[in-house]
Amino acid sequence: MEAFSDLLEQLYFTSSNNAKAALIEDYLKRTPDPDRGWAIAAIAGELRFDFFKRNTIKTLVLEQVDDALFAMSYDYVGEMSETVAHLWQPTEEAPDPSPLPGLHALVESFSNANRTEVKPLLTSLLNRMTAAQRWALLKLGTRGLRVGVSARSIKHILARYGGVDVGEIEALWHGVAPPYAELLSWLDGKGEKPDISGEVTFHPVMLAHPIDEESRESIDPTAWQIEPKLDGIRVQLVSKPNGKALFSRTGDDISHGFPDLLDTIEHMGVLDGELLIMHGKDVDTFNQLQQRLNKRRPTKNLMQTLPAGMVVYDVLSLDGQSLTDLPLSARRQALEEFFEQQTSPRLHLSTCFTPSTTAALNTLHQQVCEDTAVEGLMLKRKDSLYTSGRPKGQWYKWKRDPLLVDAVIMYAQRGHGKRSSYYSDFTFGAWQNDTLLPIGKAYSGFTDEELKQLDNWVRRHTIGRFGPVKEVKKELVVEVAFDAVHPSGRHKSGVALRFPRIHRIRWDKPAVEADRLDTVKSLIEASQAD
Amino acid sequence: MHPENWMSIEPAGLYCAPADLYIDPIQPVCNAVVTHGHADHARAGHEHVYATAQTLAIMKTRYGEDMAKRTIPLFYESPVVLGDIDDPVTMTLFPAGHILGSSQVLLEYRGSRLVISGDYKRRPDPTCEPFKITPCDVFITEATFGLPVFTHPPISKEIDKLLSSLRVFPDRCHLVGTYALGKCQRVLIALREAGYHQPVFVHGALLKLCNLYKQEGIDLGDIIPVSEVENKSTLAGKIVLAPPSALADRWSRSLPNVRTVMASGWMQIRARARQRQVELPLIISDHCDWPELVQTLDEVSPKEVWVTHGREDALTYQATQMGFKAKALSMIGYDDEEETG
Repeated sequence: MEAFSDLLEQLYFTSSNNAKAALIEDYLKRTPDPDRGWAIAAIAGELRFDFFKRNTIKTLVLEQVDDALFAMSYDYVGEMSETVAHLWQPTEEAPDPSPLPGLHALVESFSNANRTEVKPLLTSLLNRMTAAQRWALLKLGTRGLRVGVSARSIKHILARYGGVDVGEIEALWHGVAPPYAELLSWLDGKGEKPDISGEVTFHPVMLAHPIDEESRESIDPTAWQIEPKLDGIRVQLVSKPNGKALFSRTGDDISHGFPDLLDTIEHMGVLDGELLIMHGKDVDTFNQLQQRLNKRRPTKNLMQTLPAGMVVYDVLSLDGQSLTDLPLSARRQALEEFFEQQTSPRLHLSTCFTPSTTAALNTLHQQVCEDTAVEGLMLKRKDSLYTSGRPKGQWYKWKRDPLLVDAVIMYAQRGHGKRSSYYSDFTFGAWQNDTLLPIGKAYSGFTDEELKQLDNWVRRHTIGRFGPVKEVKKELVVEVAFDAVHPSGRHKSGVALRFPRIHRIRWDKPAVEADRLDTVKSLIEASQAD
Repeated sequence: MHPENWMSIEPAGLYCAPADLYIDPIQPVCNAVVTHGHADHARAGHEHVYATAQTLAIMKTRYGEDMAKRTIPLFYESPVVLGDIDDPVTMTLFPAGHILGSSQVLLEYRGSRLVISGDYKRRPDPTCEPFKITPCDVFITEATFGLPVFTHPPISKEIDKLLSSLRVFPDRCHLVGTYALGKCQRVLIALREAGYHQPVFVHGALLKLCNLYKQEGIDLGDIIPVSEVENKSTLAGKIVLAPPSALADRWSRSLPNVRTVMASGWMQIRARARQRQVELPLIISDHCDWPELVQTLDEVSPKEVWVTHGREDALTYQATQMGFKAKALSMIGYDDEEETG
């Protein structure tokens, strides 16, 4: 645990990716199995259970610190583990002086601990640790480790460590499990490459870049497969002899929520597509899909009123045959042939458009964006191979232009993580007669420099506070961008914005000139009138 | 008479009407008492400035000889009488232990005593006299680190971190962000106390104040301006001190293989360190940490506590829990996170 905590501490304060990789490789070299595998799993976010609940930590620390002071500290630090790491006072006179347990031992003892044993175990560990080690344990135990090393860079680091291609790591990744003894032994050159061919595993997906104007104008539409960008969630449907599963774009298994879709699947293969609520061929809204996404075990009734469907736009393998090395045009052909004989009524083949000129493409984009169930267009090179990650110049998404309103900042709250202690979460409102009604919250869209200015502004214009929320003078106007606006019964204003972000800060604009609620509501009509 | 009847908060700052006196005003005023030389407390352009001789010297170094129409140097614990001679206010300065020349201000009027702590700390600091407990009816305390998460380790432990990093990375120039006034000189002295006697290189912005400290008889060891180093690559493995604003500035690009270090009480919060892209945070503060704030309230034991700039809520709450009558004074303009900490 000491070595792991030191590693995290160094990673946390190191900004260069190369230096981070060097630190991790060094750790892998000098740390034995299975500890090093658990460290990799923790950093890559692959631990499958919490050692303890956040609430347990809170209960323990509140036995030591007054509630109000804890709340104020947490609000300021912006992060639970660090707050507790600093506030903790050893509860024993002479804590156990022996070295801390290794990662594997920690995983073992927490996974074997019953409910009554967790608290004493955690307490005795926290007593023996420094603030930095406490932070590491609390982050590890609640699976909230963020040290600026993504799961993706871990794969690159492992590839570099073992001198293999990162593609090999990626292909294996979802078929191996912590503490990765077999994988690491192979990378050390001491063992065979792990065999995962029969496993029902997630294959890392290929992602699109947002299109820039230059690329948009230089595109020859005939070399591209052009499809509507649907407003659902990206999924991968895997069906193998050992079983079948539905994965989210990040590899989370969401099969449990969609038995109505999975039960209809009889083929063998891996399909890439969009999960939607579909009544036959008709696509329902994202809001409706959200109701299904929130349910781990949907009721029969819910599945009947909101049936799940999938629009398929790519295929990674069929009948055990990998297709990822074929160009998209060939994969599309295989997909079309597959659809001629597949039997599930829940699967639909994605539509392709065939504009022949750039002008026709622009018109198409305009037409498509009039439909609220569509977010824009997807453009994929017909000769693109299926490469996981976000390769350059292969796939583009061309989203609809955002909607904009001028709103007034009403409340602010401190951010978390990187933005801890900065006021970075803003509630903004629009006018109804001479009162402002909150219409949404935004956390993003500004630069670091603007964040500092906003933070400073909030501190100087606070007129009230409700716990961690500061009420500010209704003086600052921001131009808010959002993708859509829906009617909402849950908000007093009666509207809900989709993905609002701060587009511009209008330091110059008087608050009275901000938009009225009616203007925002008119965007509902505009965006929903088909 | 209760101080709330003769003290008020005005746009220029905390004001004592019967003495027509502002404490650390942020706008030019007729009569000002300045607790210490940090820029958010000491500003130029007042008519009359009362302060310790060292604070006045700091202000003149920063703003020039004509920073005020008239300056009135005061010794610690030597009362002066202000206002109406028949209804006077007596003002006395006491050491605050924050930086060179820093003071608390005691105001006595019609039988009641008010102490304004200014910024203060309780740890030993060879550059200034230690904080003096002064009994009073109302104690106005700062709350820069007024949350129980803040506990400052001993400075020697933090300096050890820097020296051991120099051993691990002998080829990297250790660029340490220190505030120009107080922190810089304290870090220098702590380095010398830890047995580091090599020259320390400093950014030009720190030089004048270091020289002032030397004139005050404080030994800082061998200091060389970075600008006088012709071949910057010789700074590999050396310690360079610079104001925090210079850490990410163009200025630092000429230094070889920089390891960014920052000395501040804020460095205890990880995200703060990372926001500044600091690789080695050193928790060195010129303010009280939480236990010291609580200890001070306990020792001063006033009838009432007023809490200013910083985390007022928590300290006000804590003071109330301790049985004091307490309130937060919301004062703006003391941007303690920019220059001090």
